[in-house]
Amino acid sequence: MNILINLAYIVASILFIYGLKMLSKPTTAVRGNQISALGMLIAIVATLLYSGMDYRWILAGLVVGSAIGAVAAIRVPMTSMPEFVALFNGTGGLASLLVGWSEYNTFLNTADGGLGIVQVIAIFLAVLIGGVTFTGSMIAYAKLAERIDGKPTLFTGQQLVNALIVVAVLVSGVVYVMNPGAELSQILFYVTVFLSLVLGVLVTIPIGGADMPVVISLLNSYSGLAACAAGFVISNTVLIVAGSLVGASGIILTNIMCKAMNRSLAHVLFSGFGSATTGGAGEGQTGEVKPISAEDAYYVLEAASSVVFVPGYGMAVAQAQHVVRELGDLLEANGTEVKYAVHPVAGRMPGHMNVLLAEANVPYEQLVEMDDINPIISTVDVCVVIGANDVVNPGAREDESSAIYGMPVINVDLARSCFVLKRSMRAGFAGIENPLFFKENTRMLFGDAKDSIAALVEQFKSG
Amino acid sequence: MEIILLLFTFVLAIFLGVELINKVPSQLHTPLMSGSNAISGISIVGALLAAGLSSDTTLGIILGLVAVICASINVVGGYLVTDRMLSMFKTREGNEK
Repeated sequence: MNILINLAYIVASILFIYGLKMLSKPTTAVRGNQISALGMLIAIVATLLYSGMDYRWILAGLVVGSAIGAVAAIRVPMTSMPEFVALFNGTGGLASLLVGWSEYNTFLNTADGGLGIVQVIAIFLAVLIGGVTFTGSMIAYAKLAERIDGKPTLFTGQQLVNALIVVAVLVSGVVYVMNPGAELSQILFYVTVFLSLVLGVLVTIPIGGADMPVVISLLNSYSGLAACAAGFVISNTVLIVAGSLVGASGIILTNIMCKAMNRSLAHVLFSGFGSATTGGAGEGQTGEVKPISAEDAYYVLEAASSVVFVPGYGMAVAQAQHVVRELGDLLEANGTEVKYAVHPVAGRMPGHMNVLLAEANVPYEQLVEMDDINPIISTVDVCVVIGANDVVNPGAREDESSAIYGMPVINVDLARSCFVLKRSMRAGFAGIENPLFFKENTRMLFGDAKDSIAALVEQFKSG
Repeated sequence: MEIILLLFTFVLAIFLGVELINKVPSQLHTPLMSGSNAISGISIVGALLAAGLSSDTTLGIILGLVAVICASINVVGGYLVTDRMLSMFKTREGNEK
């Protein structure tokens, strides 16, 4: 029987690998996800075939967990996707922690039970990484859902406190690994569980909203590594394979996100970005902000031969994606070439804007990446910036004192003209002034993004 | 020896993961993340074993049960959310159908 189970695990691993590969191409992504889900089903069914299993608790857990997961997944609106991905990620981390703990508990309650050194270390790692993933994801969830302030939370001595906790965890770990059955080790094990949970909170609270895409990717990677550690605990290959795949893909995404912000991972994790960056803001933002009415904006758009929409988090907040698509369609019907340029870190999650635009039925052929639009942006008649700020900030290119200097941005200021839809003159999430608003060819269309676009759509329909 | 094989598997899988995901168009970042997040719910296998094999102590039952609940939230929620997102990605032809 065990051979059959292990063969099934191999099949599951192959399906995960194929699934992930297909997930990275738009045309095959849906199938890829289904294939990977099939792999998961096979792994679960195979596991249930182990002899001596007590199914009561398994069944109860599966029913409750699946019901919660299904209801949450079906009910969540597309705009809340980032926080729910964080939430699901956190439960995965907690599961790995509990697997490690449970194995340790079984060891303590088995009279002649023994644990190999590898298992002892793996239990420690599963608890540590799983714990950090769990509370870290919960904080990320709370920040994204705006249950708590999205701004970085910093206090004096934060680095020191974190360092002390890390040292405490390591010391507990060493003592526990030396003799896992000793009474002191048992206490230290529970201390480790507690500290790993605290650590997850502490490493996530200093990270600001604009950095969330990086953090979510990183936590995603952690959840994979936690599963991997759990795999070493129970000597299970499918956990190790699947966990490593996720760990690797999470690291790659994290890397992409960091590159898109021109910052190192260490900088994201330890700087508390956006809290103390009032620097280059105050000094001489000269020039005048030029507002424009919806009616005037309509005349410009009506005459334009190419229009590029640049969405940001503000579009998600205003739920404006559907009216944006409607305006895009009207423009196309009017003979205008319409594109949507998406910055890699626009929004609060990697690819956040793409999901929203897809929800509004924007075909993905119309979506262009930053590197493809920038070379031709000077030929664009109108760039319409919808609730994006930092990702279109020309200061990143021109102003060496700017906190985001060097970050690649979409150069909307180089287009022939640029409309910025904005609620007010407030600075963006990173708290940095945006010289774009004062540029010669920039016009500000103040108001709620959805209302402003809807007004333009009205103009088109009546005009 | 077994541990060496497990480590071997681990190292190969990491390299495979890096190769698989190296070039992903940014429009698929969210589904990829949420899809791989669902895969990390593979700890459900460990959770099932914990719940099924350690029901001799109360703490064991609680740990196993909560682990299964958490892991199944991750698996079911993760796959469904990814599917919902991906089914919205359409090509122009798909739209006209």
